[in-house]
Amino acid sequence: MSEAAAFSTHLKRLEAEAIGVLREVAAEFRNPVLLYSIGKDSSVLLHLALKAFHPAKPPFPLLHVDTTWKFREMIAFRDRIVAKLGIELIVHTNEEGLARGIDPVASGSALHTQVMKTEALKQALDKFDFDAAIGGARRDEEKSRAKERIFSFRGAGHAWDPRHQRPEMWHVFNTRLRPGESIRVFPLSNWTELDVWHYIAAERIEVVPLYFAKMRPVVKRSRAWIMVDDQRLPLDPGETPEQRLVRFRTLGCYPLTGAIESKAATVEDIVAELRQARQSERQGRLIDSDAEASMEKKKREGYF
Amino acid sequence: MDSAPLPAPADKTLLRFLTCGSVDDGKSTLIGRLLYDSDAILADQLETLERESKKFDTTGEDIDLALLLDGLEEERQQGITIDVAYRLFQTKRRAFIVADTPGHKQYTRNMATGASTAELALLLVDAHKGIVTQTRRHSLICSLLGIRHVVLAVNKLDLVDFDRSTFDAVAKAYREFAADLGFRSLQAIPISARFGDNVARTSPRVPWYDGPALLDYLETVEIDHRDDMTGFRFPVQWVNRPGPDFRGVAGTIAAGTIAPGDPIVVTGSGVQSRIKEIVTYDGPLVRAATGDAVTLTFSDDIDVARGDVLASPKSRPEFADQFAAHIIWMWDEPLVPGRSYWLKLGARTVPATVTTLKHRIDVDNGSHVAARTLALNEIGLCNLSTAQPIAFDPYAKSRETGGFILIDRLTNETAGAGMIDFALRRASNIRRQAETIGADARAALKGQRPAVLWFTGLPGAGKSTIANQVEQKLVALGNHTMLLDGDNVRHGLNRDLGFTDVDRVENIRRLGEVAKLMADAGLIVICAFISPFRADRLMAREIVGPHDFIEVFIDTPLEECIRRDPKGLYAKAQAGEIPNFTGLDSPYEAPEAPEVTLATIGHDADALADALIDTLRERGIIG
Ligand SMILES: Nc1nc2c(ncn2[C@@H]2O[C@H](COP(=O)(O)OP(=O)(O)O)[C@@H](O)[C@H]2O)c(=O)[nH]1
Repeated sequence: MSEAAAFSTHLKRLEAEAIGVLREVAAEFRNPVLLYSIGKDSSVLLHLALKAFHPAKPPFPLLHVDTTWKFREMIAFRDRIVAKLGIELIVHTNEEGLARGIDPVASGSALHTQVMKTEALKQALDKFDFDAAIGGARRDEEKSRAKERIFSFRGAGHAWDPRHQRPEMWHVFNTRLRPGESIRVFPLSNWTELDVWHYIAAERIEVVPLYFAKMRPVVKRSRAWIMVDDQRLPLDPGETPEQRLVRFRTLGCYPLTGAIESKAATVEDIVAELRQARQSERQGRLIDSDAEASMEKKKREGYF
Repeated sequence: MDSAPLPAPADKTLLRFLTCGSVDDGKSTLIGRLLYDSDAILADQLETLERESKKFDTTGEDIDLALLLDGLEEERQQGITIDVAYRLFQTKRRAFIVADTPGHKQYTRNMATGASTAELALLLVDAHKGIVTQTRRHSLICSLLGIRHVVLAVNKLDLVDFDRSTFDAVAKAYREFAADLGFRSLQAIPISARFGDNVARTSPRVPWYDGPALLDYLETVEIDHRDDMTGFRFPVQWVNRPGPDFRGVAGTIAAGTIAPGDPIVVTGSGVQSRIKEIVTYDGPLVRAATGDAVTLTFSDDIDVARGDVLASPKSRPEFADQFAAHIIWMWDEPLVPGRSYWLKLGARTVPATVTTLKHRIDVDNGSHVAARTLALNEIGLCNLSTAQPIAFDPYAKSRETGGFILIDRLTNETAGAGMIDFALRRASNIRRQAETIGADARAALKGQRPAVLWFTGLPGAGKSTIANQVEQKLVALGNHTMLLDGDNVRHGLNRDLGFTDVDRVENIRRLGEVAKLMADAGLIVICAFISPFRADRLMAREIVGPHDFIEVFIDTPLEECIRRDPKGLYAKAQAGEIPNFTGLDSPYEAPEAPEVTLATIGHDADALADALIDTLRERGIIG
């Protein structure tokens, strides 16, 4: 217990709050699922789920919505972790979107996100009849997130209505649903990016190596370094990948995820770097800069 | 990586605070300033901010820090805050969760939401406006929700030339007003949110002020967590039973501390045991305290379920089914005393009704006003009754075990929030008189099973006619019955009731109780009441409890009822002589899943009555 004792009281309170939320989900919902996107927030979420139900295993499966454009290292990491823990993993891909040839490069980030992430997620939730989906979103990520509840109600069709959210008093969560309705649950709502890394350090949580600086083949695209993860990324005439010391602050589909130049090779380096950082992590996500209200719009449509 | 030192300073604490004040006092600007000055705003966010400041053109040349906070598109366009937003920032000493709540009167519920988890309130007043109604209202809500620490930020001091006497007058007036709101600390700070004076650093423009800057104060103010107000409290959230070898209960300690060997009692059953182990993923603990999320095992094999509250045997919580509480109404449809809602407190959810609304509180001045309902954003003192006794503490002693929500049973909306004041009667003192002859014995003598047949339908649908036929047939078969007819009961038992929503609920409640007594007597009770609201029929069903409750929907379309109009009532109502007439200006909610539906068009009453008799036979109610 010396590890946990070394936490700041602040991290301990965040951890306890998240564990309480996860247990409430298990107790109150018929068929919950944990959305596992393989990134650092998901890794923390999974770790918290292990803690919440110890010595039992988490009483819900993991769901990964795979666009088929994730970094290869992400998929390898996912499969290894799931095998190690012996937890059920459901992988869902929007096959119909694939058949239509939607891809992040040719179709553009907006359409790709809509079809392969938002639509795919809705398909999976409907297919397996999940009534609660646990996700790793945090309020510090973006402005409209700051207004979202920990238990975020979704009407039929998974839509978020920001004008009509259930008031959330104390830690008493209204989990009641009618057929066709569902709830998204965000146990990390009150964590910041820095908290996540502090926690990863304190708890020695394994994360995808892409978060750590390494020489990687990249090309420069609209102010961001894009990694050439496989042959599918079309190169412009004359464009050749160069090796740079880079790392990622968030992970997603590789053609849409910008790397930053960094020397941070350990969790401690990352924490130190973040202390200096003058860029928010969403900056690495190309999908957000489309319009400043774009996240709210996506969420109304059912995006996580 | 294994041997690396932990980067987080071990003593960094968390403070949750709420900002409130009226519109335009500068709340958003102030929070934006706090974020900005504590470097919580990153370069790309600042860039977006500059772009937006130009687009919305709210502060001329400067960047508008308030735009950092208004998260919804609509809010940014209209320059208002609609919903509570949570903002996170950290300094070297503390991490902060800020609930930014709207100042408009109609958003009391959002303010209460923000206040429910806050330890401190940062209350803004505009220096040249002074204390206004909104200030008083927000202070009262903060006090009611148990906030005990307040910072009064007297803002826009630049507009009064940093005048000391203005500040002193506002601070003095506020201290006088707040004297009996139960605040344990109150710090007044003169600031200018827009220009940053006394926000992150003390300002040379306010030389006469020798107190701390706001941020400095927030970083250091001591918040006592009042663990000692109750004994140990552990609401059981989840029973952890992975296999035959392990059985523990998981939850978060609501109050007190616990160690292996400590005695505990399961509130309600009174069963006692001792803590065997405090189980965590990181190994067993020697001690756990308020706020820790743990799993407990016991030295005996005791019966514990989700919703139970474990406590120290020496200081137990209240355990009652009737109590007084302050309720904040949060929903568009008003509170109806007598109507059944779900009440959720901790991990326990039970049906509950408001039995009496004692008064409404006028939040502008704290005075008590007589009221029959509570509308959205209104606050009142109520007596409540729950279907089963629950464990709780007065809210003033413990927010976690004294605060509850009320949920509308049909829409599932969070309709209200309550803070318990005290138990009205201890459940243990009103143990029911045990009956030596039970309902079953009484019914067996009559060769039947007691049941309540609850007819519902529009006026003129045919309820009374069919109910009468059914009773005649039952009596002919040798059964013992009683027919309760809506119109008749209104001449006697319920003659004091009218047709408002509140009275209709009370009407049904009494009828439900009467039907139950008659079923207890072993009778087959036939009730023919319009009973237009689903919630109220649900309430009747619950009152009748263990007896068979058969909801019989007399399904006749409105046009047909109007055409038949056996008592000439529709004609009168259409002529405006009967207000609140069901089907016309008062709604009828058809049952979603009645046990029996009798569609009257094309069938005569006799055949329908026979159909119902068959159902009773199938269900084993009659022989
Ligand atoms: N002169 C001056 N104006 C301020 C100050 N603080 C806020 N304001 C202005 O007051 C107006 C309302 O501020 P805002 O933060 O949106 O108020 P809110 O409704 O309480 O969030 C804006 O035009 C601000 O620029 C201050 O300290 N001095």
